[in-house]
Amino acid sequence: MENYLRRRIINGLVMTLCMAATGFGLLWLVLVLWTLLWNGVAAISPVLFVQMTPPPGSTGGLLNAIFGSVVMTSIATAIGTPTGILAGTFLAEYSRGSRFGEAVRFINDILLSAPSIIVGLFVYELMVVRMGHFSAWAGAVALAIIVIPVVVRTTEDMLNLVPNALREAAAALGSPRWKVIMLVCYRAAMQGIVTGVMLAVARIAGETAPLLFTALNNQFWSTNLNGPMANLPVVIFQFAMSPYADWQTLAWAGALLITIAVLFLNIGARALASWSTFKQ
Amino acid sequence: MPADIALHRVSAGKSGRGAVGDFLFHHLTFLFALFVLLILGGVIVALIEGAIPALRAFGGAFLYTDIWNPVTEKFGALAPIYGTLVTSTIAMVIGIPVAFGVAMFITEICPIWLKRPLATMIELLAAIPSIIYGIWGMFVFAPFVQQYIEPAIIDSLGQIPGIGALFAGPPLGIGVLTAGFILAIMVLPFISSIMRDVFETVPAMLKESAYGLGATRTEVVLRIVLPYTRIGVVGGIMLGLGRALGETMAVTFVIGNAHRIGASILQPGTTISASLANEFTEAVGDLYLSSLVALGLILFVITFVVLAAAKLLLLRLQKQAGG
Repeated sequence: MENYLRRRIINGLVMTLCMAATGFGLLWLVLVLWTLLWNGVAAISPVLFVQMTPPPGSTGGLLNAIFGSVVMTSIATAIGTPTGILAGTFLAEYSRGSRFGEAVRFINDILLSAPSIIVGLFVYELMVVRMGHFSAWAGAVALAIIVIPVVVRTTEDMLNLVPNALREAAAALGSPRWKVIMLVCYRAAMQGIVTGVMLAVARIAGETAPLLFTALNNQFWSTNLNGPMANLPVVIFQFAMSPYADWQTLAWAGALLITIAVLFLNIGARALASWSTFKQ
Repeated sequence: MPADIALHRVSAGKSGRGAVGDFLFHHLTFLFALFVLLILGGVIVALIEGAIPALRAFGGAFLYTDIWNPVTEKFGALAPIYGTLVTSTIAMVIGIPVAFGVAMFITEICPIWLKRPLATMIELLAAIPSIIYGIWGMFVFAPFVQQYIEPAIIDSLGQIPGIGALFAGPPLGIGVLTAGFILAIMVLPFISSIMRDVFETVPAMLKESAYGLGATRTEVVLRIVLPYTRIGVVGGIMLGLGRALGETMAVTFVIGNAHRIGASILQPGTTISASLANEFTEAVGDLYLSSLVALGLILFVITFVVLAAAKLLLLRLQKQAGG
């Protein structure tokens, strides 16, 4: 009986520790978001959206940085999404069981978790060194390389969920394979693929490391994709590390904007996925 | 997949426009799949190409010297490598038990209606961009650590002979320990979500049998669930480790960026990724730049090995689960 009591006590202890661990994890989420709101809301004003990043000591906004982030994120998504969808289609529809498919899947999963700063270095060597200067194009390509593995993975997973009976039904009606994929499989997997793209956009919206060596930063308004372009993450990095209080305030405002965008995309993607057509 | 093969025959047997379209579409998707491989190949080639001048100048000594002097152009990677390994170790020591606790709570203890919201909230930790952790770490967490945690550590652990050296020095707030701690928070959602996934693969029958024999929940998890999912758990941990090794922005803000190797984890240090983020755009001189690229190459090799191992372990579990 004493032995049983001891086991009960150990069990209770472990249960409590597990609860504590979960609370510990959630605590950080709350703390980080709370500090962001606390410092960020005070820093948010309409000026942010109409003025450029200021030199230290004067007031300003984040307009050029917001614009740069939106432009580079859009281009990266525009390059990364079709590339990722087509590669994912190959994995799901044409490569089942093949060696080549296995290799691509393996490498894609590694790219998915590879350090983003390495991607920055790669694009620096690939584009910045060759072109001789930093540019928004290089930044967008670096971000696209981060988008691709995410989209490949979700596209493949979602196409795999499409029941084979659907494909067979379409084939039985005489449609060639590409039509089956384009008109039946893509439509069936659409929600899931959109979810994947949203998650990818959420991921690159806050990426800083790959932009440091590619798009760099720009204090001024610029629409020139061939030159350095301001972007929120690098501005936050630079301003937060600076000793100037007004720059630090702007960094908090930028941080809050990015976090809101990222959380919004993430929760939206999850909501979309939860009423997806095919459940596992 | 028999259905798949049958389908392929149906399409291949056709002639005319459909066959041409099939050929084109198949090869188009193939090219893009090939492109994924090319990206990885490109990364390897670009990093090696960029690192050649440094490797030629310093040879193997680059790996085990700790001088980092841009003025005399003498570079060695030991300090950043050391910092990368130490911060990741701290992150794992704190992160693994917490992630395990979270995964166990969500899969075995909490009521069903709470599962989804809890899991989502923990995963949102992974969604927050790393620069946010960085700015939060520098302005909020580091001062807190400096004021409350580090003095307590120095007064208690720092006084023990032997391991005291690990916790010596003034409380700065910014340093290896703080960086490791923030990394632990960042990798926690990755590790716990994989642990959760693999815990779910344990057949209910196995667990029920153990409960039927009178085992407590703790015993079921430690003696049934954990042995059954061992490989997957290790895979998840490796995946988290891969993240921790390469994490850049959060670490750059709080590690202090000092190219030195100190016994004390309370003191500033640097990691490979933090050195790159801090110095790359300001580096002048080909040898300096090339040394930084060589650092990147080392980081890439380390993370590649860790991630590949993680992936292989998880694949093995998948095969096992699939029969």
